[in-house]
Amino acid sequence: MSGIVTVIIDEKQITVPEGANLLRAALDNGVYIPHLCANEETEKPAASCRLCFVEIDGFLNPVTACTQQVKEGMVVRTRSRRIDRLVQTAFELLLSNHRLGCAKCARNGSCELQKIAKERGLKLKLTRLKSVVQETPIDDSPETFVYDASRCVLCGQCIWVDRHRVKVGAIGFIRRGMSRKVATFGETGFAKSRCTQCGECVKVCPVGALIPKAQG
Amino acid sequence: MEPMEEPKEEPMEDELEIIHAEVDSVLKRYESNPEKLIPILQGVQAKLGYLPKEAMLQIADAVQIPEVEVYGVGTFYNQFRLNPPGKHQIKVCMGTACHMTGGRIIMDSFERRLEIPEGETTPDREFSLERVACVGCCALAPVVLVDEEVEAKVRPTRVDGILLGFGMELPSANNKQKEEGREE
Repeated sequence: MSGIVTVIIDEKQITVPEGANLLRAALDNGVYIPHLCANEETEKPAASCRLCFVEIDGFLNPVTACTQQVKEGMVVRTRSRRIDRLVQTAFELLLSNHRLGCAKCARNGSCELQKIAKERGLKLKLTRLKSVVQETPIDDSPETFVYDASRCVLCGQCIWVDRHRVKVGAIGFIRRGMSRKVATFGETGFAKSRCTQCGECVKVCPVGALIPKAQG
Repeated sequence: MEPMEEPKEEPMEDELEIIHAEVDSVLKRYESNPEKLIPILQGVQAKLGYLPKEAMLQIADAVQIPEVEVYGVGTFYNQFRLNPPGKHQIKVCMGTACHMTGGRIIMDSFERRLEIPEGETTPDREFSLERVACVGCCALAPVVLVDEEVEAKVRPTRVDGILLGFGMELPSANNKQKEEGREE
């Protein structure tokens, strides 16, 4: 019957609807693949975090799982030397522009970076790269949350919910390259923007960039 | 170095009218099509010399996308400037030869004297400071273009000379030593 396909991920046979997203299929069936920029609803993830690499039989090189659709008989591996190297490098690149110091971070323990490091046996410190974290002012203008750009990993989850779920359009990516960041129009800070402070973006932030304000 | 602070000066009333009128005419030409965002921004910049915030807000409203999206595109491309060009435009070359012979020092000198970061305009709109990639006369490095005139083999003392030539008042020698010219 068309509509249901069988794929093999890490020697585990799973059946999923045809055309489903490979990353989703793996996650829903208990195979963990690191990821930051994709969520359950993104049809076309930006594929910008470069963490969800997998090897698929018939493909010459590792590919990002979030941009693949499952096909009948697909054979997928989530770990290999090549994948681990790619993910390790991508992870360290993210860390090089992410202010570390987990002990002082409100997301300590629930941080997606910590989870990825634990799953893949990666270090939460820089070994090959220099830290290029810029000292940016923390925006504590909203009443219920705080934005610390130096902890942002540019996954774009907050922007996605802002545009597609709550449909406000207060935040977006600005500038380019090393200066890229999430900001409001004119970089006014959240309180002066059209942000409604619904707090949805805070819920989806995988790291400590958007965190609820401590009570009291 | 990135512009961090808010642009200080707000456009004046009559300026606002000009902005709205020019943006309107450009929007009409592209039928407020969101796919034509870049040509629209280019058209507005060609008319006004820069992209004022008011213009970006008006464009966002007309093509019905969040204003931060317009701002994102405006800050992504080097061709767009968000500050009005100054009466005197200073372009410091950062090409390979100029970089090797101290272009950064020259840029720092201008930044310190004009008290603005690279890419911005002084509040009185007298000077705007930019970096350029190569002017095409590397033998004269480090090079500065002052209103399209080439200044060759520029030293920090020449930076003061250029600004003095435009009638800018510099801190006196005593202050300079104490405060590195940052005072006042």
